[in-house]
Amino acid sequence: MIRSVATLGEYTLASLREMGRISIFAARGVVSCFFPPFFPGEILKQLLAVGFYSLPIVGLTALFAGMVLALQMHVGFARFNAEGAVASVVVIGITRELGPVFAGLMVAGRLGSSIAAEIGSMKVSEQIDALGTLLVDPLKFLVVPRIIAGVIMLPFLVLIADIIGVMGGFLVSITVLNFSSGTYLLQTVQSLQAIDVISGLVKASAFGFCITTFGCYHGFSSDLGARGVGRATTSSVVSSCIGVLVFNYLLTALFFGT
Amino acid sequence: MSKIIFENVRKSFDRLDVLNGVSLEIEHGETHIVVGMSGCGKSVLLKCLLGIFEIDSGDILVDGMSARNKSQRNDYLKKFSILFQGNALFDSMTILENVEFGIRQLRNISPGQLKSIACEKLLSVGLEERVFNLYPAEISGGMQKRAALARAIALKPDVLLFDEPTSGLDPVTGGVICNLLKDTVKKLGITSVTITHDLKVAEFLSDRVSMLNKGRVVWTGHANDMKNCKNDFVEEFYQSSCAILGRH
Ligand SMILES: Nc1ncnc2c1ncn2[C@@H]1O[C@H](COP(=O)(O)OP(=O)(O)OP(=O)(O)O)[C@@H](O)[C@H]1O
Ligand SMILES: [Mg+2]
Repeated sequence: MIRSVATLGEYTLASLREMGRISIFAARGVVSCFFPPFFPGEILKQLLAVGFYSLPIVGLTALFAGMVLALQMHVGFARFNAEGAVASVVVIGITRELGPVFAGLMVAGRLGSSIAAEIGSMKVSEQIDALGTLLVDPLKFLVVPRIIAGVIMLPFLVLIADIIGVMGGFLVSITVLNFSSGTYLLQTVQSLQAIDVISGLVKASAFGFCITTFGCYHGFSSDLGARGVGRATTSSVVSSCIGVLVFNYLLTALFFGT
Repeated sequence: MSKIIFENVRKSFDRLDVLNGVSLEIEHGETHIVVGMSGCGKSVLLKCLLGIFEIDSGDILVDGMSARNKSQRNDYLKKFSILFQGNALFDSMTILENVEFGIRQLRNISPGQLKSIACEKLLSVGLEERVFNLYPAEISGGMQKRAALARAIALKPDVLLFDEPTSGLDPVTGGVICNLLKDTVKKLGITSVTITHDLKVAEFLSDRVSMLNKGRVVWTGHANDMKNCKNDFVEEFYQSSCAILGRH
């Protein structure tokens, strides 16, 4: 009994300590973003890695999310003869929630793992030490470009995901569900408000920050050896997915909570 | 040129004592060799010198600057360049970019000159031009070692540190690298510290050799005097390597 309480206590303390470390790391990362030296080449590379190469999976998930949302809503609304609301629900659902969250989770899987693995293996192979001996601050060279890329590119990705998602819903509605395209589009435009899109983009930025910071943190704190890097990668993906969902709730409460 | 002093340096990892009071003086312009058994803490010693590991007690002084002093950190680090045991080439950059990156951080040089210096260094370590634009993962271990060496010597430091510069190389390339090290050190007139297992390399390169065992320096002297040394460990080390090399 006492032992299990002790274990629980240790576990709690360890998690708190970890959270403290992550917070300090994140704060240092943010502060470093505003002080030279900057590495424009690295920033560009990361912008490309985050934005461009994540486009296919983000677009694909958004497409199917929009399609399935239209199908499901049609079934649901048909029960009380309100099929006309499908367009509104699809556009609001996609822009407020599904677009940002799906994009966030996909990028968390893709980027969270690759950042942690890359930085972790750089640590193992003494590349981080080598940066230090060349008077290059690893935080500025490795962390800052990734954070900047995450914060800037995720909103772009989500914007594109929004458009593709709504198009997915539109396609299913006019082909499978026999909506007229004119009415559907009109309804979509009428029910969309700026705040729906803006809240989604703000969320996306927060997700970008959270994913890149967790990835870098776990990479830097990875144990030596391939096993350590593997573990860091897993922790990175798990914690950035949880981070995305927690941030999503907090920001939703902030924007739309009463 | 720089003088390096280790004063009773201690370093342990999670209760594993790696350095147990290392004391050593390396003179201006000296080529110093550190030998010792695998795992005795040679690489750790170099990393302590660079301040990558913080030492537990004692001090390391380079021209009067302490490795522990955080405020002079940049000036301190600028004195060194190092060839890591695992090469530590940046794998997101090509071989040429690796060398250029190193130079760019530490020396004020125009982009055109940058490239020509980097190429010159790479050629001087015997790399062919076709590998310049390959990534480290795409070339052999020996080539990686040479590229890392080129990066290290391109920096024009006061102190050059080599962690096993010839391990993993064929004897011909090893010989070339040894000659290159000797030439570089002589030409630049700098202090250098080299870690090696190979007593032939030690004899060829060194002014003085230090033998590390159980976290302490057990013997320091000229390589040629090693065979007359009465220390048990030094004798054993020397006999074993002679047996392998077939010398008497
Ligand atoms: N980062 C580290 N964390 C914990 N222990 C370490 C670390 N680096 C080195 N050690 C330990 O320090 C000891 C000395 O390691 P070091 O790499 O200096 O050996 P070495 O003398 O260079 O050996 P080799 O000739 O094989 O390269 C080893 O027992 C190793 O386990
Ligand atoms: Mg070593």
